[in-house]
Amino acid sequence: MSYDYAKYLRKGKLPHIWCAGCTYGIILKSLIRAIDGIGWAKDDIALVSGIGCASRLPGYVDFNTLHTTHGRSIGFATGVKLANPKLNVIALGGDGDMTAIGGNHFIHACRRNIDLTIFVFNNNIYGMTGAQYSPTTPKGAWATTSPYGMAENTFEITSLAIGSGASFVARTTAYHVAHCEKMMKEAFQHKGTSVVEIINACPTGFGRKNKFKTPASMLTWMKDSAVNIERAKNMSPEELVGKYTIGVLHKVDKPEYIETYDTTVGLKK
Amino acid sequence: MAKAERIEIIEKWCKGCEICVEFCPTGAIEMRDFKVAVKDLEKCTACMQCELRCPDFAIVIYKKDKE
Amino acid sequence: MAKKVEFMMGNHAVAEGALYAGCRFFGGYPITPSTEVAERMAERLPQVGGRFIQMEDEIAAMASVIGASIAGAKSLTATSGPGLSLKQENIGYAMLCEIPVVIVDVMRGGPSTGMPTGPSQSDIMCAKWGTHGDHPAIAVTPASVQEQFDETVRAFNLAEKYRCPVFVLTDAIIGQMMEQLVIPEPGELEVIERPKPTCKPEEYLPFDMDKDFVPLAAFGSGYRYHITGLHHNSDGFPTNDPVLHTKNTIKIIERLDKNYDDIVKVEEFMTDDAEILVFAIGVSARSAKHAVVEARNVGIKAGLVRPLTIWPFPERHLDRILNKNKIKGIVVPEMNLGQMTFEVQRVAKGRCAVEGLYSLMLDPILPSEILEKIRRFV
Ligand SMILES: Cc1ncc(C[n+]2csc(CCOP(=O)(O)OP(=O)(O)O)c2C)c(N)n1
Ligand code: SF4
Ligand code: SF4
Ligand code: SF4
Repeated sequence: MSYDYAKYLRKGKLPHIWCAGCTYGIILKSLIRAIDGIGWAKDDIALVSGIGCASRLPGYVDFNTLHTTHGRSIGFATGVKLANPKLNVIALGGDGDMTAIGGNHFIHACRRNIDLTIFVFNNNIYGMTGAQYSPTTPKGAWATTSPYGMAENTFEITSLAIGSGASFVARTTAYHVAHCEKMMKEAFQHKGTSVVEIINACPTGFGRKNKFKTPASMLTWMKDSAVNIERAKNMSPEELVGKYTIGVLHKVDKPEYIETYDTTVGLKK
Repeated sequence: MAKAERIEIIEKWCKGCEICVEFCPTGAIEMRDFKVAVKDLEKCTACMQCELRCPDFAIVIYKKDKE
Repeated sequence: MAKKVEFMMGNHAVAEGALYAGCRFFGGYPITPSTEVAERMAERLPQVGGRFIQMEDEIAAMASVIGASIAGAKSLTATSGPGLSLKQENIGYAMLCEIPVVIVDVMRGGPSTGMPTGPSQSDIMCAKWGTHGDHPAIAVTPASVQEQFDETVRAFNLAEKYRCPVFVLTDAIIGQMMEQLVIPEPGELEVIERPKPTCKPEEYLPFDMDKDFVPLAAFGSGYRYHITGLHHNSDGFPTNDPVLHTKNTIKIIERLDKNYDDIVKVEEFMTDDAEILVFAIGVSARSAKHAVVEARNVGIKAGLVRPLTIWPFPERHLDRILNKNKIKGIVVPEMNLGQMTFEVQRVAKGRCAVEGLYSLMLDPILPSEILEKIRRFV
């Protein structure tokens, strides 16, 4: 056995609710290894989510876990963090949860640069409600609410985060398990708002109807289209067509919100 | 030469997604009745590709102690 | 010792009451006529070791106070009509998940943006039924600057004791006016601290359906558990079982009824021998009191029933008076089109006439108008 997840999993909760081949289970494992790797105590972690398939993750892990309303995890997480800054607060949700209904909260957390770790599980679709298009469904793709093909443009989540002021922004995929773990760890260790976009696969809602025959083929697509940011620097725009970069895309040192607040209002000298 | 002592399959958790089989570089495992099964333990190199990518905690590789 | 007396604005008195009650977090979004609550909290909270944040909207503001409460801080938010509508999503969450928070609603004319600076009492039903589903609700209704302070303290106590959100339903007149406030000494008013669980963490059932009350453990205090807005079992994990869903919903509603006497506070003014009642809250109750005194001056046996808790509805108080006295009629003056009147009619069950006196005008209902209605029952 290479890794024993039992220490962090709540007893008796498996099998989880996710479909066969849903990559969220892979991320759950990366998350556990990442947290174990940096050694945070379970009592000191608050894991907050919104609504959707991704947002069911907190139920499986033995931390302080808060499954909130659709899109609102960051609002709840902000309150938790302000009331007890010693807690390591993680907010996670799907692409719809974080960038459609929760988009406003997402950009404002980034703008404040509050010390939260935000994971966006991007599977390009609304999984839980049965495959409606999301702000990241690619142009032309099928969804139950874009039966003729997606006509809207997409959000580029990491650019949105950078533009909004997040001080750490990274991208990884469910395929790149070790990389995913590494990005999570770096996000945890960064002080300020850290955003990690994690490319995921929803074989049930997205894959089947968008020419992916199997869950594995979706992982292979991730493998083939992801380019490490370091390598991408030496590639021409033509070579990068149809690819996306993974790795730490943005990292700056910038005052964290609660520390700034505390010194501004005189709570801390 | 097999590097795994044992491949444990937790059948009640396996959802039969085939990810493990697709990413196994050696053909040590296969699908049987919509669940994963060990085909040839001897072939397993304990590379962990299957265990790392199984979304369901359903396949566990026990490496052999270093010889 | 001389009392500390100040001349203070109603909205500021709410903020001071909250601080007296131990509030250490405020998350809000500006809206007239409630903004002074936020402004005062922004200034005052850091002075007592608390934190303030202006969120990006009321949805996030409501989320933040629930989050802060879960992390152990007594938390306050304040808003008015349009903001109350936005908060409803997460108010329902706090109701189902049994999270103590206090929500101030300084009522203005609605619906929609309505009458931003115009006083109103038209959110009475919105406080009770604004969020979807069956749920418990407590709302206190101050009618003076002193009560803005005192009732906010009581709202926090009720929230902590009954593990639920509590509304302070006030209006643009009470919120904006200046009046004398006697600031109570520390210890003078009861302040209820949140009980902490004493069981072993492994045995903690945060939503135990077989107990009326379970202390809410703060995140980070060593009790790791799950909170979800899905219907949940005693251990906090989701369940689809309709029997459990029914049982839990009834539990969180009925435990307020069971504690009616502790929660529901009513001022009864000259009701002992009253034959005509006026039933009013907030600014309308101030006029009503004058009207009752004037009626008495001309020999009419009028009395005032003034709820300081409008939810749960003070039906047992009303019922008792209706059974004891021979009541000819009840006048219900309210700055809306009859939200309370229907409730009073429901309780009166035809035992007497119930007359609403409604106004959407931006001035308070006058004592003379109420007196006029009282006279009609003579
Ligand atoms: C206020 C509100 N609107 C709509 C819904 C219905 N709903 C539940 S999950 C979901 C979208 C889920 O998609 P996403 O956030 O991308 O997560 P995924 O399920 O793909 O992980 C929606 C629209 C809801 N629960 N609440
Ligand atoms: S619907 Fe999609 S996102 Fe949801 S569990 Fe199934 S595969 Fe995963
Ligand atoms: S450890 Fe590697 S070789 Fe062995 S079964 Fe798994 S994927 Fe195949
Ligand atoms: S990856 Fe896991 S769930 Fe999927 S077939 Fe293999 S063992 Fe079963």
